[in-house]
Amino acid sequence: MKVRVRLFAVAKQLAGTDEVTLEVPDGSTLAKLRLALAAEVPAIAAVLPHILFAAGSEYITDDSLVPANGELACIPPVSGG
Amino acid sequence: MIEITTQPIDTQALLGQVSAPEAGAVVLFLGTTRQITSGRQTASLDYECYPEMARDKLAELEAEARKRWPLIGCAIVHRIGHLEIGEASVAVVVSTAHRHAAFEAGQWLIDTLKEVVPIWKKENWASGESQWVHPGMETPRVTCNSTDCNSADIV
Repeated sequence: MKVRVRLFAVAKQLAGTDEVTLEVPDGSTLAKLRLALAAEVPAIAAVLPHILFAAGSEYITDDSLVPANGELACIPPVSGG
Repeated sequence: MIEITTQPIDTQALLGQVSAPEAGAVVLFLGTTRQITSGRQTASLDYECYPEMARDKLAELEAEARKRWPLIGCAIVHRIGHLEIGEASVAVVVSTAHRHAAFEAGQWLIDTLKEVVPIWKKENWASGESQWVHPGMETPRVTCNSTDCNSADIV
């Protein structure tokens, strides 16, 4: 399946783009997607362990399945306020 | 009421929104852009957010605060884009019948906002370098000559 990952803040800066599209097997977990993302965008590999992911507006965990709509957001540690 | 805006925060309007005949306490918290952080001098800041999720998370915070405390009025506004030193980046305003609940709810709202809402700030240091702020992470300082330095992704 195709997965579109939106990038923000330092992830966007390091990747040089605000969006990456990946191909991962159906039924992949977020852990698998992290590996695919690190391979596709080596510039963010070093920061990925710090980064959370969200499907819609909810944070997901590494054992969560990549959502069927193929839309994820990459959420570096937040610093609003 | 929650809002994400690129415009300066109008605190008087927010105070008006939460005022009510049964309110005996109004607490307003403003987060303002600081000039000195860990000995380094900041020239300005840029904030960006993941707009759809940030709005949903702010709405969840208001709903949760209303469950925990007997709030009458509640307004949370976060500004994004480019801010100069001393400007307000965030406002939390709550009104309640009595003051203790207003202080507690206001503190919980800003503390939790800073933990879960996908908003990020970038320090534009007086040195001319810029740096994303991500608690717990080392981030690169870059010279502000790329398009990224002007980005303030907003809706």
